[in-house]
Amino acid sequence: MKLPAARSARLQPRSWRRPRFRHRSGLSAGAAALGALTLILAGCSSGSPSSSSSSSATAAAGHKGGTFTILANSAFGVADPAQNYTLQQWQLLIDTHDGLVGFAKVGGVPGSKIVPDLATSIPTPTNGGKTYLFHIRKGIKFSNGQTLKPSDFVRTFERQFTVPGPTSFYSGLIGADKCSTKGCDLSKGVVADDSAYTLTLNLTAPDPELMDQLSLPFAFAVPGNTSLKLTGNNVPPGTGPYMWKSYNPNTQAVLVRNPYFHVWDATAQPDGYPNEIIEKFGLQVSDEVRAVQNGQANEVFDGDQIPSDQLSQLNSPKYASQVHVNTLTADWYFALNTRRPPFNNLQARQAINYASNRAALVKIAGGSSLAVPTCQILPPNYPSYTPYCPYTAGSDHTKWTGPDLAKAKQLVQQSGTAGMKVVVNGTNDQVGKALVEQMISDLDAIGYKATPQLLSNSVQYPFVQNSSNSGKWNVGWSAWYQDYPAQSDFLNVLLGCGTIHPGSDASPNIAAFCDKSIQSKIDQAETMAATDPAGAATLWTQIDHAETDAAPWVDMYNPKQIDFLSSNVHGYLWNPQWYILIDRLWLS
Amino acid sequence: MATLLEQAEVGPEPTSAVVGRNPWALAGRRLRRNRIALAALALFLLIVVLSLAAPLYAKYVAHVNPFPPNLNGHTVVNGKVVAVMQQGGGTLHLGETPIGPTWDLGHYFLGADSVGRDVGALLLYGGRSSLLVGIGSAVLCCLAATVVALIAGFFGGVVDAVLSRIMDVIWAFPVYLLAISISTELLTHSNGFQFGPLHVSASSLWLPAVIIAFIFVPYVYRPVRGQVLAVVNKEFVEASVAQGAGNMRLIFSEILPNVVSTVIVLLPLMVATTILTESALSFLSVGVQPPNVSWGTIIQDGTSLLYTRPWVSIAPGIMILLTVLSLNVLGDGVRDALDPRAKLRIEG
Repeated sequence: MKLPAARSARLQPRSWRRPRFRHRSGLSAGAAALGALTLILAGCSSGSPSSSSSSSATAAAGHKGGTFTILANSAFGVADPAQNYTLQQWQLLIDTHDGLVGFAKVGGVPGSKIVPDLATSIPTPTNGGKTYLFHIRKGIKFSNGQTLKPSDFVRTFERQFTVPGPTSFYSGLIGADKCSTKGCDLSKGVVADDSAYTLTLNLTAPDPELMDQLSLPFAFAVPGNTSLKLTGNNVPPGTGPYMWKSYNPNTQAVLVRNPYFHVWDATAQPDGYPNEIIEKFGLQVSDEVRAVQNGQANEVFDGDQIPSDQLSQLNSPKYASQVHVNTLTADWYFALNTRRPPFNNLQARQAINYASNRAALVKIAGGSSLAVPTCQILPPNYPSYTPYCPYTAGSDHTKWTGPDLAKAKQLVQQSGTAGMKVVVNGTNDQVGKALVEQMISDLDAIGYKATPQLLSNSVQYPFVQNSSNSGKWNVGWSAWYQDYPAQSDFLNVLLGCGTIHPGSDASPNIAAFCDKSIQSKIDQAETMAATDPAGAATLWTQIDHAETDAAPWVDMYNPKQIDFLSSNVHGYLWNPQWYILIDRLWLS
Repeated sequence: MATLLEQAEVGPEPTSAVVGRNPWALAGRRLRRNRIALAALALFLLIVVLSLAAPLYAKYVAHVNPFPPNLNGHTVVNGKVVAVMQQGGGTLHLGETPIGPTWDLGHYFLGADSVGRDVGALLLYGGRSSLLVGIGSAVLCCLAATVVALIAGFFGGVVDAVLSRIMDVIWAFPVYLLAISISTELLTHSNGFQFGPLHVSASSLWLPAVIIAFIFVPYVYRPVRGQVLAVVNKEFVEASVAQGAGNMRLIFSEILPNVVSTVIVLLPLMVATTILTESALSFLSVGVQPPNVSWGTIIQDGTSLLYTRPWVSIAPGIMILLTVLSLNVLGDGVRDALDPRAKLRIEG
């Protein structure tokens, strides 16, 4: 997915930057003792929560309370969970809704594990991998008091097709191919038995990524009487520890405790600490940072870019416990338009990859603490990732060390594209402009005549996706963050032949890259995943390297994430899927 | 004492010849006596000269190419070689901060911007763009407004009504809103402006110049039209009509010379206004486009460095202030010099 600036169905990218208990001078002995007690309590509450431990429960109860305030530059668009595809809202939806399964709401690597949520267990597929029988938990209520029934999921999946939005995740359900915004009959694909409290999903073909897709907020349960149409800014009731009290995209979103919530599995859905979560919109990011520094708010939304001079301020030891930096499974890249010259030529594409000054691009991102240069498609720490960078000076092809201008110029000459005009498309914010200018400089250095084309954030992404604009640009900036930890989410969604949708604003294969031999390997890997996961993982590695060699992109760097919290925020957890776990933070 | 009869027999006393002065010469003389206006003119000319000297400064003094990013570059400060972009300190090393002003003309005099470019050199190049767009748009605006005002005021009737209503519609839009809307449309969807064979690309400086000229036409049209209406009813125009003068001759020979002073008075004031407008549009990223720079784009680049490197924004702001101030003072001086009431003063 793309990320912030709030937004369209596919998110704007997070731009570069885009906590615990600390001692203050002059503390009295009493305050110091209180601080020590707080430290002990903080130690009890960090890491994986366990509802079975009475001491943890006591500690958890002790942390409850307060209002957690997040500041964001802009809202996240329409709030209907069937349509909204922004991390900004997803970070709140995981606190108000649940799905059949979900990513464990814990920090660190265990956060990538999928655990049962509203289902009692993760079923083993039958019928050749095409049928999944879920047993639904009893006694769970929505925030409006309605009892959760298996048939509620029928409406959930129907809405994925009747509400305009991304449908491809669940298009494998029987009957989905006939669904549209005019209506949907999934009676064969989603079979609910309210008396036995079971839900059966029938697929047209095995899908090894189904559990990942069911963990996304698109599949979170909503009451069976929820409208099939877009609910706009009214979020349907959910089963999570919080409920949506209000959402006004011009001002704020407010979450309060769900009075009907109880913990059924603390790993999937623990109770939250703050009594209220408020996300306010409309401030300049510099003002957001200032407010958090002054303790007037608790978090700068992690999708907002912190200006570079304020980043420098955050280096102060004063903020050491309030700043958290984490590696993201994401790519920032320039797509090369393979539909037209010069980048319909492999040598030309490889040339700019050799010439690209990734060190300069990393500096634009905020330096080596905030970005790591890369050449390949898969990000580090991702399934099937093996370091690979053929486009570097020197002989070590596992990491980028510097540009190779001589090789680049040689390739340009061999391609016969020297002197051609190249249009570099990007966003008109400060970072976007700088990235475009650096790319122009690199292109000019190897013999092209590059010019910029800067568009606002809100139009740039649909513009480069739509093939009707392909005659207007040659190099287009973009960024991608994982939907879930599956190799296809990068290698197939972004560079597969099936994800080129002519004339559509939602065609994530921006480069229009389609290599039949690579595609056949992708298809093979997806089929193998169900029966031979290890073999599939090896094949995905080969696909990653093959796509890197084909150079449909200039992959720039893998960004890191900054979370800046106020000094009274504790219990910071970083989840690889949802990033900061807001309801797991507690306030002193 | 001689009687009147005796004086008449002697004849009139000889007097010295009266030298008639061209009104333009009179105006120039009054302007030359206005020292404040002359000082303002000198300041403006100095800014123009400095801006025109940008390539010389960049090549021979600063030794930089100010346009491409220089993120990995180095310079000399107090005899030491330092990186232009310096990584943040502390334990986290977040961010990359450009060097600040060295006050050394040869080495990043005003420091570097967020991508390592020499702010001093950019400032001078930015002046070229801002002045070109400002002066060009003001001239275009005054030309267009004068033509429309002459047609409307001379022909009157339906022609005047239609043209005046068109101007009213344009005037009804808030200036910046209209400019931003037009700029965004032309930059985003059209990649420039196309009118028949005439094409102005999105990266051309003429695009913002044309847009700014267009939105300010009504502001010049109104006073010029008023002047045309006043002149059209004068006796000398009637006399020309009686002599059989055609419309073109009336417009160019009788009316235009009598309204051009109004345009001349408005011109420096319009230049000041258009420079401010260009800076605002460029600050909002819908004015001057890369690879060109202007004072507005430099201010925008500096907004992310306000806490640590404020000079990146302050320096172009000062240049805009001095330029607009000098033009306003000069405009006042020109207006005083061309004031019709001053023509009644008796010289001697």
